[in-house]
Amino acid sequence: MIWVDTIVQGILLGGLYALFAAGLSLVFGIMRLVNLAHGDLIVMAAYVILVVVSFLGINPFLAAAIAMPLMFGFGWLLQRIVLNRVLGEDILPPLLVTFGLSIVLQNALLEGFTADSQRIGAGALETASFAVGPVTLGVMPVLTFLSAIAVIVGLNQLFYRTALGRAFRATSDDPVTASLMGIKPASVFATATGIAMIVVTIAALYLGMRANFDPTIGPARLIYAFEAVIIGGLGSLWGTLAGGIIIGVAQTVGAAINPEWQILAGHVAFLVVLLIKPRGLFPRAYD
Amino acid sequence: MPILSLQNVSKSFGALKVTDDVSFDVPQGQALGIIGPNGAGKSTLFNLITGNIAADRGTVIFDGQDVTRVSPMQRCLAGVGRSFQIPQPFSNLTVFENLVVAAAHGQARREKDVADMCATILERTELIDRANDPAGGLSLLQRKRLELARAMATRPKLLLLDEIAGGLTEGECQALIRTIRAIHAEGTTIIWIEHVLHALNSVVERLLVLDFGRVIGLGEPAAIMASREVREIYLGIDI
Repeated sequence: MIWVDTIVQGILLGGLYALFAAGLSLVFGIMRLVNLAHGDLIVMAAYVILVVVSFLGINPFLAAAIAMPLMFGFGWLLQRIVLNRVLGEDILPPLLVTFGLSIVLQNALLEGFTADSQRIGAGALETASFAVGPVTLGVMPVLTFLSAIAVIVGLNQLFYRTALGRAFRATSDDPVTASLMGIKPASVFATATGIAMIVVTIAALYLGMRANFDPTIGPARLIYAFEAVIIGGLGSLWGTLAGGIIIGVAQTVGAAINPEWQILAGHVAFLVVLLIKPRGLFPRAYD
Repeated sequence: MPILSLQNVSKSFGALKVTDDVSFDVPQGQALGIIGPNGAGKSTLFNLITGNIAADRGTVIFDGQDVTRVSPMQRCLAGVGRSFQIPQPFSNLTVFENLVVAAAHGQARREKDVADMCATILERTELIDRANDPAGGLSLLQRKRLELARAMATRPKLLLLDEIAGGLTEGECQALIRTIRAIHAEGTTIIWIEHVLHALNSVVERLLVLDFGRVIGLGEPAAIMASREVREIYLGIDI
């Protein structure tokens, strides 16, 4: 029975990793931009929520709703003012710039909030749980997982059901041709990064409520996000969820065998998938 | 008033003059063919008209407006539509979505207002059976048709066709010509770059010859094809 419990906890943990990864997947899918600062942006969003919670004394979920438009604006400006300038044939400049951004964010957060670890208090919700048959589920992990599904359903609806989504996909296929069809890639990219920052804020909310965070933990979140995206196949959001779940289950199973193996098992699972299906589980039809 | 007017347009890449003091007018509703050897600057000329390349000197006037410094997107909204020599569909979008994207953004309209028009264009370009398939899976003829259909979906006043008949079989070519003729008959102005001369000459009313970026002939297709200079330079015939 312990194994059923382990696997269920792993699946739920995968929801958190999918949330980390969805924003990264969105940005990479649309503009082939590998955002090395993605993890630090999640941490930054967690601090924004923390500040709103402590100043207004409101519920973290409400605080996240206030943080979302702020983060959207930040992402929009970041793309418009900085990242659009480095996008092009060469993939190195965006890597360097987002790597630099990662360092700047970490140090700015360190200056502003010190190295003390913080947590977004969620009251009784933090420890609430309920039993389903033999398995006891934490309310927080279940909420995380449901949010991940909601985010992915929402993004898929946006992608496949709206004019903006089709503009995203057309620009992703070919920005030059898209510009001849009356689409402005620069502003499509800015909107995409803004939306990614809304997803980042949701990820930050659960990161901050479930665990302690400090300014330096961004890069480790980035790695989980990366692995989830690659396992799932670039451009597929459901694939990203599957990738998150695979890492999550590998980690909890690894930890059940030996607590030291938790992190390692996740990375090993990633390597195994990469060996068997180098393009991921659900690759795009045409690249 | 001509729908398009190029006045003394020049463009160099380094020391290479790819467009050298080119001037010509295209009257509303006319079909103009452009011929010339490889490297004569034909595709560059299209890029100057669509705005993908900025002219070093000279003026491009479209529909009464000076568009020399206007972005490709703005020119698209103003009514310049283009098909590419090498088809560049949005591969991961369906055929229908390819058109909807072009129609909605190319005319700044809402998707549901353009859906019927897109379906009509797909019928006319004989792609309606493939409407819900990803465009990346189309055959060459279908890709060429999609290029045409997608350019049509922006409802262009001026349609630029870049070697759309190249690589097709004779039967496919004839089918495509019928479609292009029908579009032209409705009053769309067309500029068509083509190496398949019999296809070109069965549609266009005027022919422009480019060589080393210069216009070396402009007039009735029959007269142009008969001229000594064109036969020497373009067809490589020693006389």
